[in-house]
Amino acid sequence: MTEPHVRLEIPVEGNNFTAAGEAASRVKKTLQKLGIDSTLIRRVAIATYEAEMNIVIHADAGKIVLQVDADGITVLAEDRGKGIPDLEKAMTAGFSTASDRVRAMGFGAGMGLPNIKKCTDYLAIDTEVNIGTKVVMKFNYPAAT
Amino acid sequence: MTLNELVKVIEATVVTGHEKLDTTITGVYVSDLLSDVIGHAREGQVWLTIQTHVNVVAVALLLNLAAIVFTAGTGPEAETIAKAQTEGAVLLTTKLSTFETAGRLYLNQQ
Repeated sequence: MTEPHVRLEIPVEGNNFTAAGEAASRVKKTLQKLGIDSTLIRRVAIATYEAEMNIVIHADAGKIVLQVDADGITVLAEDRGKGIPDLEKAMTAGFSTASDRVRAMGFGAGMGLPNIKKCTDYLAIDTEVNIGTKVVMKFNYPAAT
Repeated sequence: MTLNELVKVIEATVVTGHEKLDTTITGVYVSDLLSDVIGHAREGQVWLTIQTHVNVVAVALLLNLAAIVFTAGTGPEAETIAKAQTEGAVLLTTKLSTFETAGRLYLNQQ
């Protein structure tokens, strides 16, 4: 299977709820243009949206980097911010440190990281308190039939 | 059911997307938690919510939802309408409660 090589880097602003979702939207549109399988696009789009929202909700600033190559699709979400003190807790469905304002908008339900885990084939989170967080998400192409 | 039929069933007002009302919907999803919608709503469904801020449009577009229905007399913010117009999302409002809206759609599904 020959897949095109693409690299797309999109900055994400912390606390900017108006622009939130733009990075995931651009990732989705890029994958659609490449003719990627729609079920796979859905998984990448959901995981990217959740990772982007995590930056908007919790971090000062960050970026989403999409990389498409022969082995699969990789999305990196990297931010400067407060980091995650207890990663195990953060991975637990229902746990959230989001503010009341953010919760009132329907975010911060503690479903972001669990959603990401469900959508990815590989997930690695590297985080340091008061420095930031780096989330690497990988997606395999569907097996050829 | 098409969006046109849905508009009649739930006595909705069309805010944006008049040109897309012949779309056939695949189902209905009801939730005010965005991560729940993101994780579980399916392509072509109509989403019932009382969340009116601009982020609901991004969620609907990401999932290719057929429309967002703001229930219980709620309505989209100006910013939400502007984004929906630019990106081509269908926004509807109804005075019916979420329960009544979902109930009527459930009874009318085929």
